[in-house]
Amino acid sequence: MNTSHIKFIIKSLVVGVLLLVAGGLLYWLFAASRWDWIAKYLPLLVKGLWLTLLLWVLSCILGMILAIPIGLVQVTGPRWLAAIAHGFCTVIRGTPLLLQLWLIYYGLGSLFPQIGMIYPEFKNDFTWLIRLDAFWYALLAFTLSFAGYEGEIMRGAFLGVPRGELEAARAFGMSPWKVLTRVWFPRAVRLVLPTLAGEVVLQLKATPLAMTVTVMDLAGVVRNRITQDTYIVYEPLMLLAVIYMCLTFLTVWIFSFIEKRVPQKR
Amino acid sequence: MQNADTTVDGDRIVAVQVTDLHKKFGELEVLKGVSLTAREGSVVSMIGASGSGKSTFLRCINFLEMPTQGQIEVTGEKVALDRHKDGDLHPADRKQLERIRTRLGMVFQSFNLWQHMTVLQNVIEAPVHVLGLPRAEAIERAEKLLHKVGLFDKRDQYPAFLSGGQQQRAAIARALCMEPKVMLFDEPTSALDPELVGEVLKVIRDLADEGRTMILVTHEMKFARSVSSHVIYLYKGVIEEEGPPSQVFGSPKSDRCRQFVSSAHA
Repeated sequence: MNTSHIKFIIKSLVVGVLLLVAGGLLYWLFAASRWDWIAKYLPLLVKGLWLTLLLWVLSCILGMILAIPIGLVQVTGPRWLAAIAHGFCTVIRGTPLLLQLWLIYYGLGSLFPQIGMIYPEFKNDFTWLIRLDAFWYALLAFTLSFAGYEGEIMRGAFLGVPRGELEAARAFGMSPWKVLTRVWFPRAVRLVLPTLAGEVVLQLKATPLAMTVTVMDLAGVVRNRITQDTYIVYEPLMLLAVIYMCLTFLTVWIFSFIEKRVPQKR
Repeated sequence: MQNADTTVDGDRIVAVQVTDLHKKFGELEVLKGVSLTAREGSVVSMIGASGSGKSTFLRCINFLEMPTQGQIEVTGEKVALDRHKDGDLHPADRKQLERIRTRLGMVFQSFNLWQHMTVLQNVIEAPVHVLGLPRAEAIERAEKLLHKVGLFDKRDQYPAFLSGGQQQRAAIARALCMEPKVMLFDEPTSALDPELVGEVLKVIRDLADEGRTMILVTHEMKFARSVSSHVIYLYKGVIEEEGPPSQVFGSPKSDRCRQFVSSAHA
């Protein structure tokens, strides 16, 4: 038996296995899988999707708003502020998001009621803080996390803008604020647009962690309600995968659309 | 082109007056007391070997570099200076600095066009956002200037897609659009391929012929000789020789200057 025979056999085996898998999937999808639960849980799923979107988009926007000064002060100083910003980024990037989420939810979330027990006046004025929904703690955790990662990226972006272009802006009499808003920031953001797209997608795929602190986001609805109530496991998870994938593609598409509007030659 | 030897400029208004400028980078003293007077309509060229401090001197005039000692007066207005911890003098009044910078049109060696804006946007940016010129008026002014530097058909292009010579001409239009009192050229052709030098020098010569006040740092000796009304030869941070071009290039008193201009084939 020569090598071409062996190659042929291996190829046939691989093709055979792939066909089997594809056939099995198709069979499962059309003959064995159950989708009758969808109708019943649709309202919950829509609510979950809404929470996921809210958590994702809000944490990205708020996190980015925080990230801009965090990145900027690391480049411009003053030194003590830069040190704080750098420390923040290091801590956020150096610890698991899940841990941050738990620390904020169980730590901060239990701190307020305790303060309320010691100082009743606090309880009267700040009941809303004590009754705060898990969603808001999750939003805080996700925002801080995004700010930490993006702060580091923005630092690099601000550094990446050629000195000369900033000098030119200053030489034409722009105030420091004008330099920042007209040249430095818009130029920096364009440098990291592709990176940013990836980060936003990563943020989306981190949102299921929120269900560990009782947020009923999309993943929470699937995992904590549907699979537990009906004992159907694969179909809901498949649905989950498809929805996240669609959102990812949508994000990538939007970002590539923005990137195309800004020609850059490197 | 008029040879400026014949210009009697004794009673013209002084546009830029620099007195006894010193600049230290750490222990290294780059400028050791350089003075310059540029009257309205005159073209002052600064020549000298690399490292003689001519670029630093030019950058001190609009405070892209902070002088260690000295005084700068632009169109009769003395820049108020404060000594900072770093040992250098910094402008005391930011508003004054920004106002003065709008009167100085800077052209850089590496163009420093804002890469995220089209040519036209580059040209109208500072007039609109610093001077507060209405957009339509700025565009009108910019288009005239782009015609003048031969870039009208490139107005909607991004800088990255232009040749070096085109970028530098755009940068000159950008500076002119501020209607500055004085143009500062920092080695405007040093970063250009040899075949592109001519088109930029032609634009600068046209400006000189219009009677614009200019301070020009250059390595183009022939050009400096024909276009200038006053030439300064800088050697290791000191003015070694200065006078009308016929003297500096034709019969320099200093040996170093004679050596320099003869080796540069002026």
